[in-house]
Amino acid sequence: MFRAIKFTLSLLAALTANFSFGAWDDLNMSPGATQLSQEIFGLHMTVFYVCLAIGIAVLLAMAFILFKYRKKEGVEPADFDDSTALEITWTVLFALILIVLAVPATSVMIKAYDNEEGDINILITGHQWKWQYEYIEDEVGFFSNLSTSLDKRNNLAPKDENYLLEVDEPLVIPTNTRVRFLITANDVIHSWWVPDFAIKQDAIPGFVNTGWTYVNEPGVFRGQCTELCGQYHGYMPIVVKAVSPEEYSTFINDKKEAKIQQALLTEKLWSTSELMEIGEATYQKNCVACHQVGGRGIPPVFPSLVGSEIVMRNKARHIEILMEGVQGAAMASYAEQLTEVEIAAVITYTRQAWGNAETGDGKIVIPKEILDYKTNKL
Amino acid sequence: MKAQKSTLKLILFTFGMFGFGFALVPLYDVFCDITGLNGKVTGPTITSYDQELSTREVKITFITSNNKQMPWSFKSSSPQMKVETGQDYLMDFTFTNTTNKPMIAQAVPSVSPGRGARYFHKTECFCFEQQFLEAGESITIPVKFIIDPELPKDIPSLALGYTLFDVTEEFANLQAIN
Amino acid sequence: MSAVIDSHHDDHHHGPAKGFSRWLYTTNHKDIGSMYLWFSLVMLFIGGAMAMVIRAELFEPGSQIVSPEFYNQMVTNHGLIMVFGVIMPAFVGFANWMIPMQIGAPDMALPRLNNLSFWILPVAFGILLSTFFMEGGAPNFGWTFYAPLSTEYAPPTVTFFIFSVHIMGASSIMGSINIITTILNMRAPGMTLMKMPLFVWSWFITAYLLIAVMPVLAGAVTMMLMDIHAGTSFFKAGGGGDPVLFQHIFWFFGHPEVYIMILPAFGIVSHIIETFSRKPIFGYSSMVYAIASIALLSFVVWAHHMFTVGMPIAGELFFMYSTMLIAIPTGVKVFNWLSTMFKGSLTFETPMLFAIAFVALFTIGGLSGIMLAIAPADFQYHDTYFVVAHFHYVLVPGALFSLLAAAYYWIPKWTGKMYDETLGKVHFWMSFISVNLTFFPMHFVGLAGMPRRIPDYAMQFADWNMMVSVGAFLFGISQLLFLFIVLKCIYNGKAATTEVWEGAKDRGFEWTVDSPAPYHTFSSPPSMESLKSSS
Repeated sequence: MFRAIKFTLSLLAALTANFSFGAWDDLNMSPGATQLSQEIFGLHMTVFYVCLAIGIAVLLAMAFILFKYRKKEGVEPADFDDSTALEITWTVLFALILIVLAVPATSVMIKAYDNEEGDINILITGHQWKWQYEYIEDEVGFFSNLSTSLDKRNNLAPKDENYLLEVDEPLVIPTNTRVRFLITANDVIHSWWVPDFAIKQDAIPGFVNTGWTYVNEPGVFRGQCTELCGQYHGYMPIVVKAVSPEEYSTFINDKKEAKIQQALLTEKLWSTSELMEIGEATYQKNCVACHQVGGRGIPPVFPSLVGSEIVMRNKARHIEILMEGVQGAAMASYAEQLTEVEIAAVITYTRQAWGNAETGDGKIVIPKEILDYKTNKL
Repeated sequence: MKAQKSTLKLILFTFGMFGFGFALVPLYDVFCDITGLNGKVTGPTITSYDQELSTREVKITFITSNNKQMPWSFKSSSPQMKVETGQDYLMDFTFTNTTNKPMIAQAVPSVSPGRGARYFHKTECFCFEQQFLEAGESITIPVKFIIDPELPKDIPSLALGYTLFDVTEEFANLQAIN
Repeated sequence: MSAVIDSHHDDHHHGPAKGFSRWLYTTNHKDIGSMYLWFSLVMLFIGGAMAMVIRAELFEPGSQIVSPEFYNQMVTNHGLIMVFGVIMPAFVGFANWMIPMQIGAPDMALPRLNNLSFWILPVAFGILLSTFFMEGGAPNFGWTFYAPLSTEYAPPTVTFFIFSVHIMGASSIMGSINIITTILNMRAPGMTLMKMPLFVWSWFITAYLLIAVMPVLAGAVTMMLMDIHAGTSFFKAGGGGDPVLFQHIFWFFGHPEVYIMILPAFGIVSHIIETFSRKPIFGYSSMVYAIASIALLSFVVWAHHMFTVGMPIAGELFFMYSTMLIAIPTGVKVFNWLSTMFKGSLTFETPMLFAIAFVALFTIGGLSGIMLAIAPADFQYHDTYFVVAHFHYVLVPGALFSLLAAAYYWIPKWTGKMYDETLGKVHFWMSFISVNLTFFPMHFVGLAGMPRRIPDYAMQFADWNMMVSVGAFLFGISQLLFLFIVLKCIYNGKAATTEVWEGAKDRGFEWTVDSPAPYHTFSSPPSMESLKSSS
């Protein structure tokens, strides 16, 4: 038996020797970037050490017993089978250990549920499969999509250290400010988790949950969705950028400016090639997941856009689908997620691409038409 | 014979537990109503307060959210409001049916923190009933509310969120049945 | 099963029928027990194959062999099959074989119900597995099937899934009614409740748990069915319902369910440790009270699966405390097993190796459970691989090892043949090493931040995931060895004695009958005198 143990250990050593040193860094969670996360980390380590001690004690006791009481010639086993005193002792002892653990656990819990007001409030909405962030006081908002390329995911390009943990638009928050998060979902249950803040709250459709944080130092913090929400559950990460309050103000002002610019853009005159360029980019970012790179989709769940009747000959219905989604199907409404320019561009692109322009009517759509649809002048 | 008695009792117990499973549904609602646990408060409540009670200022944040494939425009006239407990207030919400079909919507409220839900008294709310809008139609409706002066001191602010759901089909079915 | 065919020297004129109709119509507890066990072994390989697909996809970062959508189908069905198709039916198989013999009864109280309980299982799983070939694919919403992912957003096969779950539930409920009725009414004279073997006690309590919670699961899936097809809104916020209600109802079933999957293991391990320590189990009454208190407490801990759902603090604290409390009787059992071995005379045949590994590794799983119970810390563990590590430790080196231990322990009695002890030990060591290689690193990646149920992951999780996948492939191969050992035993094993194990003498009625056990045993009840008093 001991030879077996030695063999196992050397096998394990051989296997693990090849791992980069990095593997050993990831044995534990990080203390995180806030006071609360550090308190939770401390609690975690305390409970861990207690459990480790208990575990080692039990395993050592076992090892001792297994070795010492192996069947030996001429040695009879004892026949005692009861001891109320012993039962009570270890029951009480174990209960005391747990009570001792319950005390810090309770106090950290109370801190986590702190209801103090937030200086800024951010509404976080989970969608299939992206996050939406809206700054309530400033009335600006945006969607945050995974930005890791398909090539990397399909092993056609090398992966970097933020593989699957990068987004196009991170959530920006100011340091030294109490930030309150209001978390909900648009379709199924998601969950918003940033390990460095020790915040994890389920995003439940129809209900609002709260979280809060207070970050002292600037930094970039990454998290993931932690509730199975459909096929791309693993592809909707969270990136939070904590910046100085000054930088944050600049960011908000930029967003407000952009909102105004967007409105202006909608009114300008667009050429087909401009629309096609934006349309293709929009398609790559928002549509390939379901309708695929060549537009063929995965019928019947994700219809093909190549040679589709609607795409080729029914512009009105095409616009309607983008603006309202399809009842009972996975196609969501993109009216909130994309700008008028992007919607017009992506419709134009799909109506022109993949030979659709040759076989269909090849009609283009301009942003003004989308705005008109929204204000119902169409 | 004894075996048959045991079997019968166990079968009854099984059906009892099945019934218990279904009883959990109203039990959950009752429990949540009493404690306001899931942030839901149903129906209008009290309409005025004794002016003698001490009051304090509370910040209310209004959130509007659309459920999937509910394309209406749905906004409060202002995202936040500072109120005194015990006083009547009003916040306007504007709904616009941006589609080209008539639709029926249901707004579902949620108060955060959940603990504060029972102190958030809505005297008038569009969430008490469904909203019917023709294609392109717009409507502005207020929510009238009072924050209970007994709101615990450790809750300085409340968020009232509404999620808008499309219930056109459900109502069409009900109509068909009737 | 073939043991009974081989006993042609047995002149009992009530021999079994021949051919397939024997198995279709049998009301014999030994036959039915064997069918449950073979069924669960087949399901182990099917669920195991799905695990292999999962681990192959997770071998390296990037998309490897399956689409994310199909991956979710694998994850969902791996869980459903292992829980409802392997662990539960296997324990029922042992219950069928051993309970009547251990209490000195000729068969179960309701033999025809027994037959029905088994035969609807292949039907249920046939339906579930056939969904892979239907449009929209198999269920893909996790074995915990939360609404609305499993209602409004589910593939059309969800209806078959619900039907399948109803049938599995019916099977468990009928089986449990049978077990309780048998234990209450058919014990040998003189066998009071506090003289029953611990395996019988563990199943007695488990059966009550099953009858209490399987109907609640049936209620939950019926509500799902109504939400999907009848326009109700149990779990739809838009209609006045609440998705969180689903979670409460599901976990009210779900938590006792996991104790259902471990209590019979406790019974088995007590028997095996007693036998191979040649010493009576330490603290028999404490062991019974511990099982009973675990069962009772299991009803008030369910929301520890929901710490991040937005419960008010009072709820979080209550469930944290009750969950920590349930660790106490569990700890008592571990200390009692150690005390049984203390000053015993130990030998390490294969059943004992698996039983010892159970105690050690289940303890590790239990300790990670204590960490998970700490609600604020759970904010960082919930829905990560730390949870996956925890429940696989208690289910694989926990429940599954106890099943393997029990198989090795009782197979000589059933077949009259000894299994190959050397191969048994090889199976044990391969399983032991690979199970730790597979599940221990999951603690690390979970703490480092890897969520559950994802088909692809960030670079910092890569090294450990590769090790986990290698361990998993090795573990899968090791179970193929087990199949070989069982077949080799049945067709080519050396003859076993009546006693089989030196330390089993006088420790149970099953060791007083021939090996192989005759088709009908205890047609007249045995006397308690033939047993050493073990209470």
